[in-house]
Amino acid sequence: MTRRARAATLRASRRRGMRPSRAYNVFRVIALASVVVVFIFPLVWLVLASLKTQIDIYDPSKTFIFSPTLHNFKTVFGAQAFLPFFRNSLIVGVVSTALSLVFAVPAAYAMSRFSMTKSSIMVLLARVIPSISLIVPWYFLFAKIGMVGGYGAMIISHMFLSVPLMVWILISFFDTLPIELEEAAQVDGLTPIGAFVRVSLPLSIPGIATAGILAFIFSWNNFLFSLILSGSNTKTLPVAIFNFIGYASIDWGGLMAASVSITVPIIAIAMFFQRYVVSGLTAGATKG
Amino acid sequence: MSSPVIAWRAAISLWVNRNRKWILSGPAIAFIVLLLVIPLGYTLYLSFTDAGSSLRASFHFTGLGNYTNVLTDTRRFWPAVYRTVLFTVGAVSVEMLLGAAIALLLRREFRGQGIVRVIILMPLVATPVAVAMLWRLIFEPTIGFANEFLRFFGLPGSEWLSSPSTALPTLMFIDVWQWTPMVALLLLAGLTTVPEEPEEAARVDGANVFQRFWFVTLPLMRSVVFAALILRSVEAFKTFDILYATKGAGGGSMHEAETINIYAYGINFSDNRYGLASAVLVVFFIMVLVLVTLQIVARRRGQ
Repeated sequence: MTRRARAATLRASRRRGMRPSRAYNVFRVIALASVVVVFIFPLVWLVLASLKTQIDIYDPSKTFIFSPTLHNFKTVFGAQAFLPFFRNSLIVGVVSTALSLVFAVPAAYAMSRFSMTKSSIMVLLARVIPSISLIVPWYFLFAKIGMVGGYGAMIISHMFLSVPLMVWILISFFDTLPIELEEAAQVDGLTPIGAFVRVSLPLSIPGIATAGILAFIFSWNNFLFSLILSGSNTKTLPVAIFNFIGYASIDWGGLMAASVSITVPIIAIAMFFQRYVVSGLTAGATKG
Repeated sequence: MSSPVIAWRAAISLWVNRNRKWILSGPAIAFIVLLLVIPLGYTLYLSFTDAGSSLRASFHFTGLGNYTNVLTDTRRFWPAVYRTVLFTVGAVSVEMLLGAAIALLLRREFRGQGIVRVIILMPLVATPVAVAMLWRLIFEPTIGFANEFLRFFGLPGSEWLSSPSTALPTLMFIDVWQWTPMVALLLLAGLTTVPEEPEEAARVDGANVFQRFWFVTLPLMRSVVFAALILRSVEAFKTFDILYATKGAGGGSMHEAETINIYAYGINFSDNRYGLASAVLVVFFIMVLVLVTLQIVARRRGQ
């Protein structure tokens, strides 16, 4: 078949709507179904285990069929009093995210508009450096000024996580905003900073939302910083979960119920703001 | 009239406009530098001392002593380095392959695509420590689902996380489960920026699916593939959450899951040998920098 003939057949087959072959379609459905099962099954398993009694968890005959109970959740919120840890996670997450925005939004704007390469490389360095090589000296320095165990040290450490993340996301966002709008505003008498605040800032709300949501998720999930810097009253959820692991035995039901309680809110947020989460996670990767 | 006030205002706003680059970015840069440079300097300083148990007690300079101790420690340090590299290379290569496959599956529109995307997003945003706890239960040798599953097919069970020989591969599996979606999302985002024409042309020339992907699409996506590779390998190299949450501070009774991260944590917070830990951290920091630089150089050369 000549090239032209082949192109003609291809066009014809596309018109008939037969583009992918039948075998490929079957393969694709099976492949997609396995992907779904592999990624969702463990989470389903987690929810099932959280609804079982310790005895049922130990009984292989009750893998899928058992009488569900909310006993474990009662332990989590009653006996284990998990609510204060929710409050701690929320305080650290919200405050660090809000403060980080104050630092990151103008910085990302300046780095985008003035192509500040050196500064943005330093921001990148803050993202690649292993947390452990910062948290160890932070621990000593914060301990010296009496900040270990309080919210301050944790909020600052989480901000160190979110400021570079936000700057990174927002630089690529501001790069896509046309500079002409600001120039027009300046012709109309606004100062350059006034043009940024009045014109570009309102337009960048989607980018700011992306950065904020992602920073909150990262803060909520962060373990190492809270493990080292939190006190018994300021523990966040990922650290408090270890309360269910004793020296001798593990309260599996309680542990799973706690895991569900920690994970459900953050997954719900991510689902609700799915578009922002995906665009935030992939920001900067497609350009270069 | 108030002409001096007006003059002052004009001068200030001129100054603000001239320096707006630094006024806007200064606070963030200062924040990062403060929290980056001072601790690193302090770590470097401590790494040349015998600081331990209490920083208040006097400590002395020991020159390169800590570094010699670390770099000659073939019992824990070098095995930890080996495990870190093994974990990173193993987990990330599987993640890249599976992630590419999933991205290609999701590339063309279909009914239910939204649901699949939501589902692969779940492991990504789920709290890593909670995820680790979940896998601890699944891989529990007596009550876990993994062995139940094997028994169903008449296969012998495994010790999974508990046995020194299977702990690291099991942990790599968990990392793959949690982070393959990240690679898939990145590559999917990359795929949307690739024009379809070159592929169509190759199809007309008679290239099969595999050839089209390997010779046409992949080269066009080189920068996204490298971005995903750098991001994932740096993250995998510093994995802490799932290792600590499943195996504890020492990486298990025989340190079978001890990576550089866990080793540094243990030396510092369990053994309280701050000087030595600082030397480990400096070495670790240099390794990550080398890793990042190597990948960026490779990427430049590839382009």
